[in-house]
Amino acid sequence: MPSFVITEKCDGCKAQDKTACQYICPHDLMALDREKMKAYNQEPEQCWECFNCVKICPQQAIEVRGYSDFVPLGSSTIPLRGTDSIMWTIKFRNGILKRFKFPIRTTVEGSVDPYAGKPAPDFSTIKQPGFFTAPARKE
Amino acid sequence: MEKETCTFSYCEKPAVTEVECDLLILGGGMAGCGAAFEACRWANEKGLKVVMVDKAATDRSGAVAMGLSAINTYIGENKVEDYVRYVRNDLMGIIREDLVFDLGRHVDDSVQHFEEWGLPIWKKGDDGFSLDGFQAAEAGKKSLKEGGTPVRTGKWQIMINGESYKVIVAEAAKKALATNREKTGMAQNHFERVFIVKAVKDTNGTNVATAIGFSTRENKIYSFKAKAMICATAGAVNCFRPRSVGEGMGRTWYPVFSAGSGYAFGMQAGAELTLMENRFVPARFKDGYGPVGAWFLFFKAKATDSYGEDYCANKEYFDDAVARYGDYAKGLGTAIRNHLMMRAMKDGKGPILMQTPAAMAALGAAFTEKLGEKEGKKKMKHLEAEAWEDFLDMAIGQASIWAATNIEPDKSASEIMPTEPYLLGSHAGCAGFWVSGPGDIAGTPDHYSWGYNRMSTVPGLFMAGDVVGASGHKFSSGSHAEGRTAAKAALAYILDHMDYKPSPKMSLDEIAAELYLPFEIYEKYKTYTTRADINPNYIGPKALQLRLQKIADEYFGGVATWYMTSKTMLEEGLRKLEMLKEDAAKMAAKDLHELLRCFENYHRILSVEAHARHILFREESRYPGYYYRGDYNKIDDSNWKCFTNSRYDAETNTWELKKVPYVQMVK
Repeated sequence: MPSFVITEKCDGCKAQDKTACQYICPHDLMALDREKMKAYNQEPEQCWECFNCVKICPQQAIEVRGYSDFVPLGSSTIPLRGTDSIMWTIKFRNGILKRFKFPIRTTVEGSVDPYAGKPAPDFSTIKQPGFFTAPARKE
Repeated sequence: MEKETCTFSYCEKPAVTEVECDLLILGGGMAGCGAAFEACRWANEKGLKVVMVDKAATDRSGAVAMGLSAINTYIGENKVEDYVRYVRNDLMGIIREDLVFDLGRHVDDSVQHFEEWGLPIWKKGDDGFSLDGFQAAEAGKKSLKEGGTPVRTGKWQIMINGESYKVIVAEAAKKALATNREKTGMAQNHFERVFIVKAVKDTNGTNVATAIGFSTRENKIYSFKAKAMICATAGAVNCFRPRSVGEGMGRTWYPVFSAGSGYAFGMQAGAELTLMENRFVPARFKDGYGPVGAWFLFFKAKATDSYGEDYCANKEYFDDAVARYGDYAKGLGTAIRNHLMMRAMKDGKGPILMQTPAAMAALGAAFTEKLGEKEGKKKMKHLEAEAWEDFLDMAIGQASIWAATNIEPDKSASEIMPTEPYLLGSHAGCAGFWVSGPGDIAGTPDHYSWGYNRMSTVPGLFMAGDVVGASGHKFSSGSHAEGRTAAKAALAYILDHMDYKPSPKMSLDEIAAELYLPFEIYEKYKTYTTRADINPNYIGPKALQLRLQKIADEYFGGVATWYMTSKTMLEEGLRKLEMLKEDAAKMAAKDLHELLRCFENYHRILSVEAHARHILFREESRYPGYYYRGDYNKIDDSNWKCFTNSRYDAETNTWELKKVPYVQMVK
């Protein structure tokens, strides 16, 4: 479903070093109109509806409107992504409301130390199975 | 047609940056991140430089960009040999068993690292019910590494809370790259928003000397020289005309940004391909392409035709399938189940329905019986959340479609439908390059191994993830592990070839002229007409894609013909494709975004050509339900139980195809 940007809420990330939605979109869809300082989806028919722009927007200015070729109007799917969980609010066309909260990570963002406590690589095994962390499994 | 050249008479000449390193990783998806994590640890000890290039932002790039609700390959309590048997059955009998076995014996280490880095993994509670990642931690459940019990859906799949799966895996890769920067003094070794377009061969005639590409953010061109490279990019999507052709064109099942760039890269380098005729046509929830795995495996839902009949149990369909496809049909792999579903659809028994209400009711009844009314209801509520999370973690739009059409899974069934075809090598498909195996596994024939694990037939060019052929069902975890395997082998290769100095066949000026040709063409001709997008002098990126999709759909077995093709159809389609390829020399771009799309679509064209030529070569229907050769609509083991390999010569635009023996290593 193509993302859309709510004019009133978008500030073009002017206080940040980069436009968040433009930075994160995996398909290079989000662009910034520098005159208006507003972001927009430059190629909605290529949108995979991954919601990464929606999740990252610091102003909560981005939502998604169902693909016009098969989604009826009237529903909404809104995420609120925190540091350890995500909340979803889903509104049905008929008004039913569902809310869910799911874990997203068990460690503090930025805390991964990939090599701490891991063995040093053993170059005598570089042409053998296994990784630097552990030998390959044997059966 | 007159050939266009770029002399920068019309468009601005870009800055050119040359980056020299020892190991270059192309792509920052699961395989690329695995490669970075493993490579830097080895490289740091020797002061070798590792560089990763990603066309997007690594936090959210690749097939896991949206997230995932399950990890589909975790061996755990199972046997690696059984994993090989399962993959072989699903891919109709022809796989590289050495590669699949090798993956199986390594993959769990990657999954255990994901958990260590912060990925919440469901665990089995004391009452036998599932606990999400947080509940498991609160209940003091052990990690997988410590022997904790995951929640299995199928034999190989485990459930996760995977919204941030890629963010977590990317964090480890980025940190690994940072340690390599510290060790080597490189200013930058992680390039985001740089799109690699092409492999440039070495003057020695064998190696790839440099990978060239451009920034999608500024007028800058890159040439990455490396002693070895790992191609870890995605498969090819939106090559065939999709079922939705408006805005919904972007709602492909596999990520729409998978442009076959890795296939194109290896083909331009002259690497040998294998099983490029293979494709994947997943049956998914209609239009939103939401996952069905959890519904089938975890919630035990059944798919039926609209009369409630299980089409897989229809005697007429099944007997006919066995007559044509032999014992393969009895294995009821993914392709055969598609085939039987389409038989029912062709008989007008659609829509095909996933019977979610019956499944939910059965589970509800079981919960009430086991736990009583009150506790049973509570569990049911948790189960409903699990069902929605399955979509919200990995196909959010499917949840939105349910909301927009007032579908509650406990009240109404949902349509499922086979999608347009996709080319890939990591999910339930195996189209990709012919690579060396590890060589140490008992029964490995000589032609499966030539020194360095996961190295293609081009020295120093390694493959990982989607672009490795004949070894499907790796999924996210297996792709990460395969990236690590390729990285370790590539480091061994580099240490054996320290005297190699890349010497590209093209100069930096020639590279700039080739990459910016679409800008030059656009600027040269754009004022000739009153509408820049209708111009007889060039072809824009959209037209390039739409022409490709129409050819692929109508001639190469897309949805338009119910996946049916034949020698005559393929030959006609290839004639049209050749003209499209010629026209690609006149592609035009008005900005960097269009330049990206131009080359992505060119990569799709090359990927599809390989696909069509392989289908033409294999005179049987090895993958019914994915595609059919109407002129050979059966499986013919006596002639075709073999690999089909090809090599494209980019300089002469010619193809060589051959049969390569398949060897069964696991009984």
